[in-house]
Amino acid sequence: MSEPVQGAVGTSREQRVWQTLESVMDPEIPVLSVVELGVVRQVRTGADGRLRVGITPTYSGCPATEVIARSIRTALDQDGFTDVALETMLWPPWSSEWVSETGRRKLEAFGIAVERRAPGSIACPRCASVRIERISEFGSTPCKAHYRCLECLEPFDTFKCL
Amino acid sequence: MSPAAEPARATASAEDRFEYVLRLGDTSLIAAQRLGALLGHGPALEEDLAIGNIALDLLGQARLLLALAGRIEGRGRDEDALAFLRDAGQFRNMALAEQPDGDFAETIVRQCLLDAWQLETYESLAGSRDRELADIAEKAVKECRYHWRFSAGWLVRLGDGTTESHTRVRAALEKLWRFTDELLSADALDARMAVSGIGPAPALIRERWETRVSAALAEAKLERPAQRHYPWHGKRGVHTEHLGHLLAEMQFLPRAYPGVSW
Repeated sequence: MSEPVQGAVGTSREQRVWQTLESVMDPEIPVLSVVELGVVRQVRTGADGRLRVGITPTYSGCPATEVIARSIRTALDQDGFTDVALETMLWPPWSSEWVSETGRRKLEAFGIAVERRAPGSIACPRCASVRIERISEFGSTPCKAHYRCLECLEPFDTFKCL
Repeated sequence: MSPAAEPARATASAEDRFEYVLRLGDTSLIAAQRLGALLGHGPALEEDLAIGNIALDLLGQARLLLALAGRIEGRGRDEDALAFLRDAGQFRNMALAEQPDGDFAETIVRQCLLDAWQLETYESLAGSRDRELADIAEKAVKECRYHWRFSAGWLVRLGDGTTESHTRVRAALEKLWRFTDELLSADALDARMAVSGIGPAPALIRERWETRVSAALAEAKLERPAQRHYPWHGKRGVHTEHLGHLLAEMQFLPRAYPGVSW
């Protein structure tokens, strides 16, 4: 799987769009920007000179995807990027591996752990213990699973590794 | 792979591709509608959330697939037009998906048999020659793995549980097993899609489905029911009486208030 191209060096106009996108927060987790979440896949200038922003859903049916697209459009309009095309990119499919390290720290501070592909990667976001148990593979949103810490006994959400 | 390295293949007609993608999309849509009706009725909060999340994934897959079907058809019908403005005879979902929720055992058995089919089908479709379909499948298969773990996990817990749970899940299996024939028996369209490199090889799906489901049944201490005569072919538009009732509820709002939005 190829890495998302976020952060790649682009034109100054593309870089300013990235800055705008970093101000757009996830509707469910308002501490996390859509860039940190990994749903903004790319910002590029098309052959026609028009800017194109590629976004991907976390899960096929995630209702936040439409809210995110609208929030991005509003933020771009406010910053004067009124002629940007928003494109949905399904491939490669989103994975929790795309949540940036900054994003991961913010999520943990918010009380949500992030599962990486490596086994044993889930730690309690409150006490950092890895002595945890899964309550359910399905949590409050499609992208989360429900766990409990066996050390501090608190339940917590986890961004599951899709 | 470079185009030169690919073996020569028959090209599928737009009509065939439309029908085939409808089969996949309608099956997800109808299964999502069935599961969605259970929201607030799960036996425990975790199961309620799980069923709701699975319904949402399936609805998302249905939207992507129906939107693709609409583009293939090229007559201006979008995902909403296809979902809300067709009658039962025009739906191409597997009849298994439209079977009523019944008790929790029936819901689990229906989901389990369907999950195994979707999982193997999407796994295979990720390598489809139709790039748009392959992209949808590659995303969907990751979700279907979770769905299967949930439904197969419950199949085992119910089958290898109490006398009551075993009796109920066995009855559900007996009742729904006949609908599995449609999932696995290829008709002319399935065969044409396989030949064109868009759809999976039907024999492969059958073999992998059998392996997966047999292992789950063995672990659940359930016997595989005998196959009975199967007179319905949802994928060709011949449905059980349940689909019409489901559609009456699902389609009411957009039909009563055309063009409504909120």
